Amino acid sequence: MATQHSRSAARLMMAPAVILLLGWMLVPLTMTLYFSFKKYLPLRGGDLGWVGFENYVRFVSSSAFWPAVQATLVIVGGVLLITVVLGILLAMLLDQPMWGQGVVRILVIAPFFVMPTVSALVWKNMFMDPVNGLLAHLWRFFGAEPISWLSEASMTSIIMIVSWQWLPFATLILLTAIQSLDSEQLEAAEMDGASPLNRFWHIILPHLSRAITIVILIQTIFLLSIFAEIFVTTGGAFGTRTLTYLIFQRVLESQNVGLGSAGGVYAIILANIVAIFLMRIVGKNLDA
Amino acid sequence: MGRIQLKSVTKSFGDVQVIPPLDLTIEDGEFTVFVGPSGCGKSTLLRLIAGLEDITSGQIEIDGADATEVPPAKRGLAMVFQSYALYPHMSVRKNIAFPLRMAKLEQAEIDSRVEGAAQVLNLTDYLDRRPGQLSGGQRQRVAIGRAIVREPAAFLFDEPLSNLDAALRVGMRLEISELHKRLKTTMIYVTHDQVEAMTMADKIVVLQAGVIEQVGSPLELYHNPRNEFVAGFIGSPKMNFIKGDEAKKHGATTVGIRPEHCDVSKSEGLWKGVVGVSEHLGSDTFIHVHETGLADMLTVRVTGDISANHGDTIFISPQTDQLHRFDAQGLRMP
Repeated sequence: MATQHSRSAARLMMAPAVILLLGWMLVPLTMTLYFSFKKYLPLRGGDLGWVGFENYVRFVSSSAFWPAVQATLVIVGGVLLITVVLGILLAMLLDQPMWGQGVVRILVIAPFFVMPTVSALVWKNMFMDPVNGLLAHLWRFFGAEPISWLSEASMTSIIMIVSWQWLPFATLILLTAIQSLDSEQLEAAEMDGASPLNRFWHIILPHLSRAITIVILIQTIFLLSIFAEIFVTTGGAFGTRTLTYLIFQRVLESQNVGLGSAGGVYAIILANIVAIFLMRIVGKNLDA
Repeated sequence: MGRIQLKSVTKSFGDVQVIPPLDLTIEDGEFTVFVGPSGCGKSTLLRLIAGLEDITSGQIEIDGADATEVPPAKRGLAMVFQSYALYPHMSVRKNIAFPLRMAKLEQAEIDSRVEGAAQVLNLTDYLDRRPGQLSGGQRQRVAIGRAIVREPAAFLFDEPLSNLDAALRVGMRLEISELHKRLKTTMIYVTHDQVEAMTMADKIVVLQAGVIEQVGSPLELYHNPRNEFVAGFIGSPKMNFIKGDEAKKHGATTVGIRPEHCDVSKSEGLWKGVVGVSEHLGSDTFIHVHETGLADMLTVRVTGDISANHGDTIFISPQTDQLHRFDAQGLRMP
């Protein structure tokens, strides 16, 4: 297959896809960079010319910037922690032989099929509503004062909603990993005198390390850009304004395309910093 | 010490009883081999002894103490698995040290025991490698190393050589036998390969469908098989079985004669047949003989080289004193 001819044919056939993907990425990136150096206010005079790095300075020096970065990292970190820990536990539970295994597994995966907007609305109105929500009823049943989740515990609420969405994904990946564990290894460890906790710590967890890496990497990429969940619940209020949401507000609510574009460039940089750190910390698991 | 006694042990999976009531005693220091065709329950029996499966009824005693309800780790037994079951993320050193770490031994003691085991098994140069970087035979030795550092009352081997190639298998067979001679610890070894059983065992337990067909030393089983199944299972190539008139002449339902107990001649003999395939091994030649009118095919062993071509006529004379007679139930008649 690796003849000169077949190789050039392969390049030719891959070209359309590569060019399309490259264009898809490069055009918005270039436009973002272009606008980030301009004062561009669509409803207040339009293109007002080049301003150099002014947008970048203004975006960072705004009082909303660092809280937004912090909110982003807290949400990503919180969701990762919850989904990985619960995901491992759920995966081990689902790995046990039980009646109706197939149905239970489909039920567990179900939340992943619900659109983010819909699931956030369901949580907001069905569970977290301080008057009619199920959680409010539960609190009242025990005689407690219902919490108005989205305003009093806004961050916790967002993390709960997003975790609920991503838990199935983590569970699914970890379940397939657990199923590939050789049962003789566990039996050998049992014969070697390892308690269930030791078996988990020394055999199951190392076996899962690669799957955990994949879960963390993929989820981080998607979690850095969560938007819908915040948009339909708190609308960025009560300290839940992430970097993504801040950019959205700058561009669409303040109608300042230049400032928002500068924020977009910061978001790209932040995503890359996080990616480098993640690759450093967990990426070595992927080599072996 | 490692005397293991099974008292009317049974095992059922759901409604299926895979091991009907079974009694067996394995003496201290004995090399016992469980042998039988696949699915005969030999691995299950080993797992029952190990404690990896719960017995349905009956009792297991180790050194006179009831071990039926004792968890696997507390039975003082070590097991070598068919897939080796090494921990892939740990180095060889850590693999071997794992049972000792779990037993919370002191680091110095762990180190010395691991070094000792590595020396015995020629693994010293590989201690810092991962199992994935080792060959099949080396992995096997690591698995054995992990078993011997615990200084168990008995070793349990579950078809440990079946993943190795033929040459390595012969080598490892010797090494395990050597190890037994040196450690003098009870070993229970499961295999479907009767050659392994014959070459290694002090005592062979032949199993079929969960039932013990016969227990005895290799030669006892070879010379005095209790029934047709044992006669056919022990010995290679398989014993020839002849039914019908020829058997009636000897007052039996079936008579059996081993390939090595037949005299072969090209001119005269008791039974006449046509040569089929000849397997030349150099030292021996196994000739498959057809159209004898006795059985579909008879196998005979000829020492050395013999020029028997496909289609030649050949005569076979069984050595009458080596003839085994079996009755209608398949039991051997004296």
